[in-house]
Amino acid sequence: MLNYIIRRLFYAIPILIGVNLITFTLFFVVNTPDDMARMQLGIKRVTPDAIIKWKQERGYDKPLLFNEGEQGLAQLTRTIFFEKSVAMFAFRFGRADDGRDIAYEIKSRMMPSLAIALPVFVLGLGVYVVFALTMVFFRATYVDFWGVVLCVALMSISSLFYIIAGQFLISKLWHLVPISGYGQHMDVAKFLVLPVIIGVASSAGANTRWYRTLFLEEMGKDYVRTARAKGLAESIVLFRHVLRNALIPILTGAVVVIPLLFLGSLIAESFFGIPGLGSYTIDAINSQDFAVVRAMVFLGSLLYIVGLILTDISYTLVDPRIRLE
Amino acid sequence: MSFKPVILWTDALVYLLVAGLFVFAWYVWRNEHLLVPWRRVAHSASGMSALTVLVFFISVGMLDTMHFRPAIENGGGGMGETAYSVEVLSLLDLVAAPLRTRVEKTYSAPFAAHLYAKETVELPDGGQVREFPRLKYGGAHLQDPETERMADVIRRSAAGAAMGLVIWGFAIVSLGILLGRGDGKGWRCALSAVFCGSTAVPWRAICITLALMLLFSGAALALCGYYHIFGTDKVGQDVFYQSLKGVRTGLVIGTLTTLMMLPFALLLGITAGYFRGWADDIIQYLYTTLSSIPGVLLIAAAVLMMQVYMETHPELFDTIAARADLRLLFLCLILGVTSWTGLCRLLRGEALKLREMEYIQAAHAFGVSHWRIITRHILPNVMHIVLISTVMDFSGLVLAEAVLSYVGVGVDPSMISFGTMINAARLEMAREPMVWWALLAAFTFMFALVLSANLFADAVQSAFDPRIRILSIKTGALRRKKSGGEPARTYSETP
Repeated sequence: MLNYIIRRLFYAIPILIGVNLITFTLFFVVNTPDDMARMQLGIKRVTPDAIIKWKQERGYDKPLLFNEGEQGLAQLTRTIFFEKSVAMFAFRFGRADDGRDIAYEIKSRMMPSLAIALPVFVLGLGVYVVFALTMVFFRATYVDFWGVVLCVALMSISSLFYIIAGQFLISKLWHLVPISGYGQHMDVAKFLVLPVIIGVASSAGANTRWYRTLFLEEMGKDYVRTARAKGLAESIVLFRHVLRNALIPILTGAVVVIPLLFLGSLIAESFFGIPGLGSYTIDAINSQDFAVVRAMVFLGSLLYIVGLILTDISYTLVDPRIRLE
Repeated sequence: MSFKPVILWTDALVYLLVAGLFVFAWYVWRNEHLLVPWRRVAHSASGMSALTVLVFFISVGMLDTMHFRPAIENGGGGMGETAYSVEVLSLLDLVAAPLRTRVEKTYSAPFAAHLYAKETVELPDGGQVREFPRLKYGGAHLQDPETERMADVIRRSAAGAAMGLVIWGFAIVSLGILLGRGDGKGWRCALSAVFCGSTAVPWRAICITLALMLLFSGAALALCGYYHIFGTDKVGQDVFYQSLKGVRTGLVIGTLTTLMMLPFALLLGITAGYFRGWADDIIQYLYTTLSSIPGVLLIAAAVLMMQVYMETHPELFDTIAARADLRLLFLCLILGVTSWTGLCRLLRGEALKLREMEYIQAAHAFGVSHWRIITRHILPNVMHIVLISTVMDFSGLVLAEAVLSYVGVGVDPSMISFGTMINAARLEMAREPMVWWALLAAFTFMFALVLSANLFADAVQSAFDPRIRILSIKTGALRRKKSGGEPARTYSETP
């Protein structure tokens, strides 16, 4: 088991290198730092001095891959590739355009993101499983039929509308909770209620329907027939046998997103004014802060790979038939 | 009026796609074994009703795809050379010219005859008064909007709906004649079968959907010449016109994305699964790497870089439309790269399974070349996966466009899409009283488009996916009901 995990960790390295190369190509080869400087400073009426100054401030004034002006190892390390891309492996993300340290920002913004994403994740999982089980229990009746219809209808609504409608109804019309914002300590809860409800509601359609399919697939297996043949009640078959087996794909499918919860959700956070990583990314995209976007891409893929490893481990935990070699 | 046809990049690809669809349809028609699953699609009531709605959207989108540049009427005349406007118009713009050109000053509510904001108006006697001024076009034919408007709206919409019903009647009778000729029983008999719902193809459901669509569009067409039926936006543009324009953007993103990634996914997926070995390792590494970057972040990074490129190379684009169009194309490409990995993985798995099949082993033994085995035996047997994932992805992509436009990495701001409409309307949320109609229009159009796409995708999936078919037979669920596959990718959830 430990061997397997260590080997998986080594497999992750080439993937991270690949991600790093992709971001390097995207951010520095497709457009040279000169292009970016010109874009940031305004296309026309840019003096060469201003471009040089812009590059110097951000450390983009070095060659891309190979620095001929230096001696020895510094020929490779004093380059944009090494200082901007390779340094990300050591979590040295550099500074954002407003001069703040990106690594510090990420650290302080992770918690608000998690405060929304985690309740949405846990609550959502429970709610969708309950809905799906209800539909499966009443399968081939009108409860099931209209349930599926409702799911498809919910799936067809853009997540933007869930947020807009939720903010309008709950906050503006009924004045139940504040429309957006974030507080300290115990204050936080009242700001979190609405985003969490909307987060759960906005993916209810797709997930409930998917879980229903998983349950139905499980219902067709032989052991279910055996259980029924033994004379067990349908509810016991469903809740004891089917639920436990169908939870395997559901749980393992959910594990992969757990690390990504730290990143939060882009649009929900910006709509609700929550100072998490999602709104940080959106602000960076809107102000074209390339350093932040680059850091988030790297962080996102790192967390995703961690999620994949966790998924493999969780298989062995919930399904004793699987052994990791 | 002379004009110069313009074929933008996405137009060319849309034409290519349509031509490809016709060839595919002709090929399927000629082969009975390919026709069988399509018959199952045709027998699904929800799927065919959804297709009826989709046809409406597609025809709007196709009208909006045929672009041209109108000639400018210059006073000189007879100079031999006509100048063409830099503005690229489409056939839809021409048809909806009244909607496009009747621009008010600023916001006005649906069916309003007055502006939504107070303005200082000079009275004839020199005094000044702050009031809601009359609209230039909306309800301009009314003497006294307060009393006449309600009756006028009802009268005009009833006339439009009646017109729609007449067209529907013609369609029904011609359907009856067509069906009756097929059975040789006469059109009355065929029509009564349609209305009892006893035909194999669910004509009754299709007719009801068609009636609803014609009623609504008839009423809308009758009204939109006299009112702004969805109101106007900040610069006074008609919101109904914007919604119609948004349809094309949504359709293009939903279809071209898949079209552009398809060759790569097919080539790499089948190569990896069929040849195994180092090719498999490289391709697996490639898609694992790409899929490990969260979708929205990769799109954001790529679009940001494209923005820089477009800003620093303005000489490459001769018109605003060409620029917006290239940006749309690039967005499709990037979305394709991010959604490519899922299909590639599926195809690899299927090819792995197929290569061990006995008929392929036999082909090997006969000395059939790899290329021929792939094109002859493997490709046709993975096409159902391609088809299912294409139709399943469509609705997710249309929804993704709105989210991406909100994030600021979507289509060009000058291009009308549902995303840009929502984005513009969102800024007015805090306004009191609220400007709600642009949101309502975008919601209605998007919901109708995505819902019908979802229903059609379900019909296709349950007809083609052997796993789902077995499932619905085994559980004895209501035979017409579909069970979903993977949940649609929601770009909102993964950052």
